[in-house]
Amino acid sequence: MLEFFQDFITVSDSTLRLSTPLLLACLAGLFSERAGIFDIGLEGKMLAAAFFSAAIAAVSGSVWLGLLAGISASLALALLHGVASITFRGNQLISGVAINFLAAGMTVLIAQSWFKQGGRTPSLFAGGRFKEITLPFADTLASVPILGPLYADLISGHSILVYVALATVPLTWWVLYRTRFGLRLRAVGEAPEAVDTAGVSVIGLRYSAVLICGVLCGIAGAYMATGLQAGFVKDMTAGRGYIALAALIFAKWRPWYALSSCLLFGFLQAIALRADLIEKYLGFKVQVHLLDALPYILTVIILAGFVGKAIPPRAGGEPYVKER
Amino acid sequence: MTLMQKFLSATAAVAMTAGAALAEPALIFDLGGKFDKSFNEMAFTGAQRWADETGGTFREIELQSEAQREQALRRFAEAGSNPIIMAGFAFASALEGVAKDYPDTKFAIIDMVVDAPNVRSVVFNEHEGSYLVGMMAAQASKSGTVGFIGGMDIPLIRKFACGYVQGVKAVNADATVIQNMTGTTPAAWNDPVKGSELTKAQIAQGADIVYAAAGGTGVGILQTAADEGILSIGVDSNQNYMHPGKVLTSMMKRVDNAVYDAMAAGADLETGFNVMGLANGGVGYAMDDNNASLVSADMQAAVDAAAAKIGTGELVVHDYMSDNACPVE
Repeated sequence: MLEFFQDFITVSDSTLRLSTPLLLACLAGLFSERAGIFDIGLEGKMLAAAFFSAAIAAVSGSVWLGLLAGISASLALALLHGVASITFRGNQLISGVAINFLAAGMTVLIAQSWFKQGGRTPSLFAGGRFKEITLPFADTLASVPILGPLYADLISGHSILVYVALATVPLTWWVLYRTRFGLRLRAVGEAPEAVDTAGVSVIGLRYSAVLICGVLCGIAGAYMATGLQAGFVKDMTAGRGYIALAALIFAKWRPWYALSSCLLFGFLQAIALRADLIEKYLGFKVQVHLLDALPYILTVIILAGFVGKAIPPRAGGEPYVKER
Repeated sequence: MTLMQKFLSATAAVAMTAGAALAEPALIFDLGGKFDKSFNEMAFTGAQRWADETGGTFREIELQSEAQREQALRRFAEAGSNPIIMAGFAFASALEGVAKDYPDTKFAIIDMVVDAPNVRSVVFNEHEGSYLVGMMAAQASKSGTVGFIGGMDIPLIRKFACGYVQGVKAVNADATVIQNMTGTTPAAWNDPVKGSELTKAQIAQGADIVYAAAGGTGVGILQTAADEGILSIGVDSNQNYMHPGKVLTSMMKRVDNAVYDAMAAGADLETGFNVMGLANGGVGYAMDDNNASLVSADMQAAVDAAAAKIGTGELVVHDYMSDNACPVE
């Protein structure tokens, strides 16, 4: 029993770390798509943020300046997406794909000409990384059975951005469902003409949604490069932006569901690393590849309408044109 | 220097290289780029060593896209470069076409076999080098459990894993080797976040040494191993410097030697199958100031003895790619 508990803690710990970038990117996508702007450029924004946060943290030695640089880089790409798809009414998917390619190429190019390390940033030392913080009383409570280790090992001991990500969930819910801004944001994704008729700027709302998306992607990228890792490696986001999109569909564009779907996807990734545990406790072998593919399989099942229906915001993907 | 002078000297340089181009060797780097701190950079080091020692010059190009492979090969062949050396298995299909059209030019491809009369195919006995670092890991491990983390799950990486396990078991038959692959797509070469998590998972299972054969993912593995206070083993080039005192050793693939040999042979390059193993300095383990305190004289003596035996053929390390199976787990 104790062994099971220990294993449970390690896997959950890993789940939390792996879920965090997914959760931030998923909420970023949620803001953007709820306002009617599809965003498959999450991946690219995260990658750009990962690079600039690591680069600036390496040069300045300050992780906070790095975070700021990461968010700025992501914001710049978000703005680009906004200009292309809101102001110029371009195709949102194409703009997103372009951003992904741009980020994948530019980060390596800049890294190479700046640091000459084959598209990497130098390894970050103490001040350039987000440290794992120990929550108050973690050490004293650690000896309490069950709850002690749960608090000291699982809840405590993560970098601050993990807690920021978790706090963003209720915040997102509150903004979307309890503020005037949130109501209008949701409305602009469903029926922009109604919002326009009410005299509220569709363009302004969509831009703010896209920029919020940029900030959250920036935090996600910075967390990967300066929290989980100690530097940038080319293509280090490794498709997490797409998994976040799958999680967003799985969550049916709702904040609390987003938390649970990201935790589920994170858990699937974490358990794939410990396939030996499945054999130990359930008595049968599972192919690691199957576990890796499960997030996508689940998303397809949801999309196909087997488990409830996932209905995207009605005006999603459509540039808004004022009727004349 | 005025602009005019710059132009003049540039033209002069071009004229000189054009004159000397006749039998200049050429080197083509793969997409990773010349200064990737790994494979391509080792190839460059070998070429540079040849240039420094002989006073010769060589032509080079860094590929920017997949489509340039054949183009680069043809341009060098047209310009009369001989031999033309390619760093990377990805050139195979382009070379198959080009080699036929230039029968008088010699080509050398690293890490892949291309069957043509004017091509030298250089392959490395990674399993032998991995065997040696496996022996070292088993000797340095206190828990009796060591780890292996591969990049993409392909036969080449299983070859690393299989050699490593054989080395570990040769020292300690009861040792446990935990094996993980990062993924099944090329993204697995550049996923340091997953590399870190895999390292933490292996530590939770008792591993105290972890061997990373995973490209860019290895950066995360070595970092986490250093953060968590266990030892790691680097791959391809000497990665001991990345975390001094925390990296036990590195399994070196001497791409530089392969390039050096090919350039030294010049137009008389011997074609066919060229195996770079322990016997001819193709693979080995890295020792320097960064890991001197981690490797005792006894450990090194045991590993060197095994290396000598492998070199003479007295000890045979099973090659996974010969039958796609590994006798030990």
